Amino acid sequence: MSSTLLHEDYPVEAEDYTRAGEASADIKRKLKQLGVSAGVLRRVSVASYEVELNLVIHSRGGVLSLEVTPERVLLVSADRGPGIPDLELAMREGWSTANETARSLGFGAGMGLPNMKRNADEFDIESQLGTGTTIRMGFLLS
Amino acid sequence: MDTKTRYHSVRLDKELCKGCTNCLMHCPTEAIRVRKGRAHILDERCIDCGECIRICNYHAKIAATDSLDILHQFRYCVALPAPSLYGQFRNISDVGYVLAALRKLGFDDVFEVARGADVVSRAIAEKLKDPSLPRPLISSACPAVVRLIQVSFPDLLPNVVDIRQPMEVAAEIARSEFCRARGCAPEDVGILFITPCPAKMTAIRSPLGQKRSAVDGAISMMEIYSHLRPILSHLDREEPLPSTSTGYGIGWATSSGETKSIFQENALCVDGIQNCFRVLEEIENNKLSDLTFFEGNACIGGCVGGPLTFENNYVAKNTIRKLVSNTLKKHPDTPRESVPASMMNKYHLRMDTPIDANSAMKLDDDITVAMQKLRRVNEITAELPGYDCGSCGSPTCRAFAEDIVLGYANEMECIHRLKDKLQTMAEQMVELAQTKR
Repeated sequence: MSSTLLHEDYPVEAEDYTRAGEASADIKRKLKQLGVSAGVLRRVSVASYEVELNLVIHSRGGVLSLEVTPERVLLVSADRGPGIPDLELAMREGWSTANETARSLGFGAGMGLPNMKRNADEFDIESQLGTGTTIRMGFLLS
Repeated sequence: MDTKTRYHSVRLDKELCKGCTNCLMHCPTEAIRVRKGRAHILDERCIDCGECIRICNYHAKIAATDSLDILHQFRYCVALPAPSLYGQFRNISDVGYVLAALRKLGFDDVFEVARGADVVSRAIAEKLKDPSLPRPLISSACPAVVRLIQVSFPDLLPNVVDIRQPMEVAAEIARSEFCRARGCAPEDVGILFITPCPAKMTAIRSPLGQKRSAVDGAISMMEIYSHLRPILSHLDREEPLPSTSTGYGIGWATSSGETKSIFQENALCVDGIQNCFRVLEEIENNKLSDLTFFEGNACIGGCVGGPLTFENNYVAKNTIRKLVSNTLKKHPDTPRESVPASMMNKYHLRMDTPIDANSAMKLDDDITVAMQKLRRVNEITAELPGYDCGSCGSPTCRAFAEDIVLGYANEMECIHRLKDKLQTMAEQMVELAQTKR
């Protein structure tokens, strides 16, 4: 694996709706500056926004990181809990545990995780109840 | 940013520019820099939206258009009034008066862009029936919005509907009908658009989605207004010409006019280039994937808010509303009912050239080099004060860092950094003086 040429960490706080979307907007801006192709850009845009909103809506806060090598874009979301009790259920389309605040803002359609998986070339999720969830998504550049 | 020259209607009058930061701070694509006391427009990034024309207090930003003298260049001239022209005259109840006044000004014929809009409306409504197309489909009518997408949202280009602008469709029909009626050759006729904005002028000289524009020139609405106003002040002396467009086509002059013409309930109509930017960002995030159609207009209120219009955009919007309602009372036809099916195959309605991404935001062609530059941009940005004051001549501290990395600026052009450096130097001198004593 080639060395990471760009690494950026974005702390994302729970229920911070005023800043929600800022991390993914910055990620998009950076990828456009790197000249990442429109197709990959579109998929990263969708996935990074979904994963950032997941941190805001469902987690106790965490960090979204961006890593870019000449071969791939890697997004890693690592949160501080609460963890997902049933991963299989969480990956189903339409399943959501979003609260009223999130739903009133138009979120919580239960498409977040399936959407991320659909848009990424590589997708991996690990969750430990009480500890937290880590999602890794890879997007191939060539 | 390469320096390949592209045609732009928006230009700078160097004599009038004071080198202030107004235009710098309002450009949606960060296409302006102030260097050596004058604004400079970065060709690659400028989308000709005209925000800088609107904001400049010194009238140093101008739109290049053709003067009325262009009428002498052709054997025959056909005027192509944008529907927003009708909104400039509060006292008219029938668009036919404007058409008559244009004839009186010396045009051999007049063909309404609103009629082109009728044809385009029918074509888009048919496009929307295709479920395989991406959602939301994005209107291609406002060239400034399409260019914004090219520069800032290249991944949304597949969503842009591949139907030509009403101006282009109108031009093709106008030429064909005029030549048939007069029995003249196509090259004998000058098709001249009456434009509310520089973006349309640019779209004629460097077309979007087609190799060559069917329009021969564009006359500023502001310029023609001064000639039409005296004629239209005495309506009792004028006989209106028959208008061929529907009320829906006329409605294209204002924001949401296009959406109403295609009878699409599930659409979002956004006006103002900064507002379009925000909503396109949400479309890019897939936040609006349940939306069928997006109509974006760079100017507030739609084309009636164009930088080359005379009348206040809210007044013009109201005038258009009344004209639409009057027209619909007389002929309630929708574009679908009014445009014959035979017309849909007769003219070129589809774009024939892909709209490519504009890579003006890219730091380098080689991704490895681009990454090194981006890292350097981040390092420099962290050192800058973050005031985004524009004193250095770049719109934000971040843009300034990018300019440094690309070799267009140097760090000491930041007055705050310079001040810190001077202070350090002064302290060092004091120290030096003290040790010598």
